[in-house]
Amino acid sequence: MATNANAQASNIDLTTPARLTGAEIMWATLAGEGVTQVFGYPGGAILPVYDALRKFPNIHHTLVRHEQGAAHAADGYSRASGKVGVCIATSGPGATNLVTGIANAMLDSIPMVCITGNVSSKVLGTDAFQEVDITGITLPVTKHNFLITHAEDIAPAIRYAFQIAKSARPGPVLVDITKDAQQATAIFDFEAAKPRPVRLHPMRKVEEADLAKAAELIRNAKRPVILAGHGIIESGAEEAVRTLAERTQIPVALTLLGLGAFPASHPLSLGLMGMHGESWVNHAIQEADLLIACGMRFDDRVTGTTLTYATNAKKIHIEVDPSEINKNINVDIPLTGDLREVLELLLPRIPSHDGAAWLKTINDSKGASAVRDIKNLPDDGHLYAAQVINDIWRITKGNAIVVTDVGQHQMWAAQYYHHEQPRTLITSGGLGTMGFALPAAIGAKTACPEKEVWVIAGDGGFQMTSSELCTIAQEKIKINIAIINNGFLGMVRQWQEFFYDRNYEATPLLSPDFVKLAAAHGIEGVAVHTRAEVASAIEQARSAPGAFLLNFMVEQEDSVYPMIPVGSALHEMIRRPGRSPLVQSPEDE
Amino acid sequence: MLHTFIAYVEDKPGVLTRVASLFRRLNINIHSLTVGHSEREEQSRMTMVCEASAEAAHRIRASLYKLEDVVDVDDIAQAPSVTRELALIKVAATPHTRSQIFELVEVFRARIVDLASESMIIEMTGVESKIEGLIQILSESDGRILEICRSGKMTMRRGHHTSGVLKAMGAAEDDQSETGDDPEESFQ
Repeated sequence: MATNANAQASNIDLTTPARLTGAEIMWATLAGEGVTQVFGYPGGAILPVYDALRKFPNIHHTLVRHEQGAAHAADGYSRASGKVGVCIATSGPGATNLVTGIANAMLDSIPMVCITGNVSSKVLGTDAFQEVDITGITLPVTKHNFLITHAEDIAPAIRYAFQIAKSARPGPVLVDITKDAQQATAIFDFEAAKPRPVRLHPMRKVEEADLAKAAELIRNAKRPVILAGHGIIESGAEEAVRTLAERTQIPVALTLLGLGAFPASHPLSLGLMGMHGESWVNHAIQEADLLIACGMRFDDRVTGTTLTYATNAKKIHIEVDPSEINKNINVDIPLTGDLREVLELLLPRIPSHDGAAWLKTINDSKGASAVRDIKNLPDDGHLYAAQVINDIWRITKGNAIVVTDVGQHQMWAAQYYHHEQPRTLITSGGLGTMGFALPAAIGAKTACPEKEVWVIAGDGGFQMTSSELCTIAQEKIKINIAIINNGFLGMVRQWQEFFYDRNYEATPLLSPDFVKLAAAHGIEGVAVHTRAEVASAIEQARSAPGAFLLNFMVEQEDSVYPMIPVGSALHEMIRRPGRSPLVQSPEDE
Repeated sequence: MLHTFIAYVEDKPGVLTRVASLFRRLNINIHSLTVGHSEREEQSRMTMVCEASAEAAHRIRASLYKLEDVVDVDDIAQAPSVTRELALIKVAATPHTRSQIFELVEVFRARIVDLASESMIIEMTGVESKIEGLIQILSESDGRILEICRSGKMTMRRGHHTSGVLKAMGAAEDDQSETGDDPEESFQ
């Protein structure tokens, strides 16, 4: 990740216009935008770009093993750092392999710039070798995309792409550059390539009257709940939300992507809401008389059936994207604008408030489940994923960046790893992309080399992108990998158990010996079978100089509780059955 | 209800796909779509008509604005406006049957723009119902309809009039013209 040892300062000057090739212009523009790291995979149609890379020693290129890995790594880089992630691929299959990663970033509003090479403009549309209409393919999964056929258009397109990716609701932008545009020359003028100022969405508005009404609702609410989403992190509104919560003593429920936006240890933090949220969180939402939605979009995993969602609550929706207003849930007061800016307008109108009665009601509803203490459970000879994840949390003191894959382990990580800081949970929320964790962790570690990074993945998802182990080896990145190995595609198996008469069709899963697989890549690892080994294995991984893989052989048919079945109301959850050893007393949920 | 969206878009390749893709994603059928140059330099004007709920219409408008190439969007639902459609209708007509068609054309205030030995082309401008009326009468007459080409609706908001002026200008005849203009919905 450090710049090349034989690095010499780039001989391209951003302040003086000069004649360069399109490929050089591409890199020079990235450098001008502050890019020091890209993830990519070369190929014929992008070769001029790769050829020019040696002139830019301040930009490090990480070679992935599959282009999907490049997109996820750029995504993880962005989520960990807050910067725009950049990935590069060639035309045709290189470009189509990016698509899942681009869609993943689109659904989770992650700022990314994806650059693809394409065949020469003279043969565009002729089914030339490795030609694909990638701007057409990615149209619905990008914020915007560009097809560039002239060298002089490269700098303006890339600068515009960065602006689009970062502004308002962030998202991925693709720039497709034909090979002849990379090879041709043009005058590079970084300043002149500056895009026009951001055009604010004309339907964004925060009316004085609405602010007054919102403040009045907040002042008079008896049972208010703040719904904290990913927008808090994207807007940098953590402090403003905390001020609002503390001043009014309003409890805070978090979406999956919101975890970390409000400290888990804060007395007002309720924790994860929605499908796998704890019962008291969802009950509090259902009983609320006011919901203050901050940078969240009432996703179906958060609301359950919308017909019975918080029917008695007035709803204030603070959201940057006007197309989200009344999309899933009708709201009483929409405040469309940047969350931090809106809260800064709202806060002066909110006096401090005592919410003790409502907080006590919520606390009383927690019952025994609130004191569930997994690490002190007696060792019954079985190993449970929740214990593993809770131990990782305890031993890392909650300070690690946790990158999860998708499935049961993801929900256990959300429940049992308690995040105090934003950007410490990196997870695929909207698209639910299996195979996300390993490449995204490469991106996260590259962005934050000083941070401890843990991958938590299932045995299924890990195999989707396990080829990226070799990227870790080649880059000599220190990542700790915890595989929650239950021999099943666990979440699908859980659905089959609950909703398909335990017909475990296509979910039992054979895996390679992950420890040997790691060893084949020169990565150390151990398998963990018992509760007694967990803590020492985690410590062993942490103290190892290089990447380390832990293969946790956990209980095969464990399920994530509580669970709201699709189409059910938020309060109609499937609770932990009494037989579960994770339940300490019968009234535990 | 029927919504007419007007969008000013950058005159660039691919813009039509981006706009159309947005309707496709919501599984909304576009009844008609017209595109052409506008009074603004390097910007085209699109008129799109579709059936959509109020919620869907709000989303379409908000989502249209999110497209980088879309500059302005207006949703004319009930607002006072002028709507016209152009139709070219080719009918089979021999010297024997011509006069009857001439009469119909006269009644509908349409025009004959091409006259051949076995066919003629009628040009008709008007609101949708008028064009459909002519097509229906023609199909019931001796002349066989050979081809129909319709432009789709073009819509423009009326200026600010007193209601008396609106009436005098025949606004009430237009099927889209009602009172209840929401000034917020128009271009700023």
